[in-house]
Amino acid sequence: MSSDIAGMTKVFARPGSLTDARFTYCPGCHHGIITRIIAQTLDELRITERTVGVAPVGCSVFAYLWYRCDAIQAAHGRASAVATGLKRARPDLFVFSYQGDGDFASIGTAESIHAANRGENISVIFVNNQVYGMTGGELAPTTLVNQRTSTTPDGRDPKLFGYPIRFSEMIAQLDAPAYVTRQALFDTQRIRSAAVAIRKAFEYQLAGKGYSLVEILSTCPTNWRMSPLQANRHVADVVTEVYPLGDLIDRG
Amino acid sequence: MGERVLLRGNEVIAEAAIRAGCQCYFAYPITPQAELLEHMARHMPRLGRTFVQAESEIGAISMVYGAAAAGARTMTSSSSPGISLKQEGISYLAGSNLPAVIVNIVRGGPGLGNIAPAQCDYFQATKGGGHGDYRIIVLGPSTVPEAGDLTMLAFELADKYRIPVMILADGMLGQMMEPVELPEPIDPASLPKKEWATTGAAGRKPNIILSFDLDPEALKRMNLALQAKYRQIEANEVRFEGTATEDADLVIAAHGTIARIAKTVVRMARADGIRLGLFRPITLWPFPYSALRTIADRARTVLTVEMSAGQMWEDVRLAVAERAATPFYGELGGVVPTPRGILSEVKKHVQ
Amino acid sequence: MPRGAVVIDAERCKGCGLCIAACPKKVLALSGRLNRSGYDTAHVERPEDCIGCAACAMTCPEVAIEVYREAVGVTEGRAHG
Repeated sequence: MSSDIAGMTKVFARPGSLTDARFTYCPGCHHGIITRIIAQTLDELRITERTVGVAPVGCSVFAYLWYRCDAIQAAHGRASAVATGLKRARPDLFVFSYQGDGDFASIGTAESIHAANRGENISVIFVNNQVYGMTGGELAPTTLVNQRTSTTPDGRDPKLFGYPIRFSEMIAQLDAPAYVTRQALFDTQRIRSAAVAIRKAFEYQLAGKGYSLVEILSTCPTNWRMSPLQANRHVADVVTEVYPLGDLIDRG
Repeated sequence: MGERVLLRGNEVIAEAAIRAGCQCYFAYPITPQAELLEHMARHMPRLGRTFVQAESEIGAISMVYGAAAAGARTMTSSSSPGISLKQEGISYLAGSNLPAVIVNIVRGGPGLGNIAPAQCDYFQATKGGGHGDYRIIVLGPSTVPEAGDLTMLAFELADKYRIPVMILADGMLGQMMEPVELPEPIDPASLPKKEWATTGAAGRKPNIILSFDLDPEALKRMNLALQAKYRQIEANEVRFEGTATEDADLVIAAHGTIARIAKTVVRMARADGIRLGLFRPITLWPFPYSALRTIADRARTVLTVEMSAGQMWEDVRLAVAERAATPFYGELGGVVPTPRGILSEVKKHVQ
Repeated sequence: MPRGAVVIDAERCKGCGLCIAACPKKVLALSGRLNRSGYDTAHVERPEDCIGCAACAMTCPEVAIEVYREAVGVTEGRAHG
């Protein structure tokens, strides 16, 4: 082993801001990639010691276990409001919230929209995998038309349950937000782009530019009933048709 | 000594909170506590402190949760229906051992009710309106000056025990004006640092604020720690006031605005030759069971009077048991009993 | 092309296969060896073809892969992403 590495430079390692804990996510779930990018960005910006993360309810309820920084576990849907209270009390801290479909776009709709509308100087990571993972694969506001979930066993019927909600587009209508973007992680190029986006969002907070939202199209192999590779292809081929990638606003 | 001003209850609570060093205030408008919100909106920014009108009462209590976690003295205020919305957040605060002050200016209920004063949120406040085994300290002022004093105390107790503290007032107290001597302001910067708060993990292990453990044994331990805290509070923080109880045949048990009215009734009754007393819990949780039990040993009747269908009455019966008769007189819907009305009830029970 | 090498922490690996698909040089494969959690694990099958591009490490959701690369010029940057 060492003869393979002799004379070579380590160019990729676990970020220092990650704890040693093993992620509780399913095999192939993109939550781990996002978590790694966040930790790496905290390292690059050297802000871990003044960072407080706000963990949601959902698959990422354990987010407070992954980072070597202070954290708060918030009530379901309320992370954007908790982050608001935290940042208003201590504007010198770096505050990010990390939320899934239910937390950010269903039960947390009011908190999500109004933190953005007030232009709270926080960074919000919205993980969109079009389903509720932790509770058993139910319908999310972001679920695609005809997508089967445990509460839409015959596929989402828009006449009964409406259409996939493009939350970033809604937030982009507001005057206050500094940066709203939608990213994905299905190949190396997308992963790099997502990392650039997260870095920009974090830099904007540090520069006091206001609210940033990074929506990340992610996979849920378990509840999509796909392999991780199939799930990646599904995002690339199908999901991006409904949720276009790219920066929606950049006022930085 | 502090300055003396004429203020309404809502304003006194707001001003007392500011003087107690409240750094962050988050709330949503609801009658009858609008003046509290407005006072904070005017004054907090001038002092460089945080005021946010939240998107809802749920948003407000969530912001309180975040500010409390960051170690700030923080408060929200609302009235009955809004307090119902806050219950999950209060449970989270309690479960996470976070200090916060919550003001309920109680109005008629249930449902939308009305905007008249009531005392029908006693159960919600003292028996835990949210889920799980938890308690919050509940303070019941009966005059405008006391509302200010108890607000200062609320912040102290919240920090001392890392617990939410509720000021349980009502629409009448919120609106009435009385001369008040305002306390000397506390500079928030002079308050001791909270080592457990999420202030950035420089030079220490990360602080995590949560109320969660999948392992039942671990959650049991968390709960036992909470219970131990509550036993401490019960042992040390009970507050009550007795008026003319030493020789009383009949004692009125009342809190808040009704207790204030009952003081007049005591004077009227004594003038009529009735040995009437008044027992006024100030801490509704922890409830002064022991003190009331002692009074019930001497009196023949403890008459509970509330603006409700009988909520504190249950705690009175728990304390008194068979020691004395425990009748009840209540008014509902925001109807405020008059001194004469209460006195005629008293006379029904005097032989 | 620079030579590279990767080290996979088999105990973290959940056998999701994303690294295998991401590798442009087909260096990685499932080993058939189960770790303590019962997952099949990825391993380096053709180390001689590794160019140290770190595509595998970037996509690994368990952050189980470390990547090494032979220095070519004066400055050698981190793999960004």
